Amino acid sequence: MKFPYSFPLARAFCLYLGQAAFLAWEMFCSIFAGRIRWGIVLHQIVEIGFGSQAVVIITGIFTGAVFTAQIFFQFNALNMSTAVGPVVSIALCRELGPVLTGLMVAGRVGAAMSAEIGTMKVTEQIDALRALAVNPIDYLVVPRAVAMMISMPLLVGECIFFALTASYIVATSMLNVNSVFFLHHMWRYTHGKDMVMALTKGFVFAIIVVIVGCQQGLGTKNGAVGVGRSTTDAVVISSLSILMINFFLTMALNMVFPAGGGGY
Amino acid sequence: MPGSTHNLIEVRDLRQKIGTQEILKGVTLDIPRGETLVLLGQSGGGKSVFLRHLIGLMRPLSGSIRIDGEEIAHLDERELEPVRRKIGMLFQDGALFDSMTVYDNIAFPLRERGERNEKVIREKVAHALELVCLQGQEGKMPVNLSGGMRKRASLARAIISEPSCILYDEPTAGLDPIVSDTINRLIRRLQSQLHVTSIVVTHDMVSTNHIADRVALLREGKIHFSGSLAELHGTADPVIRDFVEGRSREID
Repeated sequence: MKFPYSFPLARAFCLYLGQAAFLAWEMFCSIFAGRIRWGIVLHQIVEIGFGSQAVVIITGIFTGAVFTAQIFFQFNALNMSTAVGPVVSIALCRELGPVLTGLMVAGRVGAAMSAEIGTMKVTEQIDALRALAVNPIDYLVVPRAVAMMISMPLLVGECIFFALTASYIVATSMLNVNSVFFLHHMWRYTHGKDMVMALTKGFVFAIIVVIVGCQQGLGTKNGAVGVGRSTTDAVVISSLSILMINFFLTMALNMVFPAGGGGY
Repeated sequence: MPGSTHNLIEVRDLRQKIGTQEILKGVTLDIPRGETLVLLGQSGGGKSVFLRHLIGLMRPLSGSIRIDGEEIAHLDERELEPVRRKIGMLFQDGALFDSMTVYDNIAFPLRERGERNEKVIREKVAHALELVCLQGQEGKMPVNLSGGMRKRASLARAIISEPSCILYDEPTAGLDPIVSDTINRLIRRLQSQLHVTSIVVTHDMVSTNHIADRVALLREGKIHFSGSLAELHGTADPVIRDFVEGRSREID
């Protein structure tokens, strides 16, 4: 047997990547062709964006709080407690904000997408759409993708805002860091490019969550068991993809928006 | 005779495999306009697979499918859309969209085809509901409907855009005899009122006797028999006799 048939895992991986690439291609073709159902997009923004706020805010608040405490414990020993603000801020903008928001949204929205589309698949509702001359990618995938591309950067921004607010409160009222120094250093060392990086990552993670969630849903087989498996796989694959792609995205974006002083 | 105006559907040497199993082994069948053809066959014999090819839900391994003179076997999803607008399909379990009410399900094809006038939509939905005897159920969600009501609502959705052909996948499967009879009468009524071509996949002989203009029997991936109801009942072919009389050759 020739490659890739002798490596079933490699074959399955290549097959999955190929299917995801085709789905992404068709999705972007539809978006650029203007086949966007804005009514469904608005509904999805409410479902995805508005509905994810509580999860994202709570994640942001406690991540910001605990990260501030840990950084403070280390930096205070070196008498650098006022550096807590910029360290927390840059870490949240460049990494923690987008990644944690991506993971939370993958868990909440990616799973829901996969389960909903998967159930539609096994109950022939997707075939019914096709039989009614409605393209499932236009009807199901594109509105979710557009809603996610709009919602995710906003959710990332929201997560960072609440994380920094929690960080400020914990640092100044519980850990006795000077409020003026905290804010001054945070403003001084956090640049617009750090925020642009956060929003860019949020946008890319939105595409990953949609493609994986919809791909898993559309590929669902074997009834209720299949829906369960697709949902689990959607969360696992999108979470791992976010973590892996985040590394490469960081390296690439760092060339455009280098960390540290300078820039805007 | 490809492109014949007499036949709405022409299928030639249709082959399909699922996994390693060859389900259709060269099906050839013509369906004239306005005819109700009942496709009989054992469960798992490929009847539904055949039906799904007629609306492009499955792409054949080989062979030709012409709908209204147009070859559809090699069309992609977007190219198939105009063909699909001519055909309505009733799925075995209804396949109603469970996130929508009955009203929105039935109005769905109209809205997707650009109808924005809610008054026109309301009138057409009311007419479709009347045809399938489901008046007063438009506000319900599909999950709150019985099996028979789901099928009738699905049928209303299939006919609302006035297709020239309706495909029925096991329309009476799992229904009690009275609801089955209602569905059978409905199919007959739609044929007489809307003059649509109908292809009904079933293994229900009562239903067949009620609605068929012509009967075809799919056996081992090929059309084993095609003829009128009288020819079906008059044949001496033991395979057909067994099927018609519901007789098993297995020894107890």
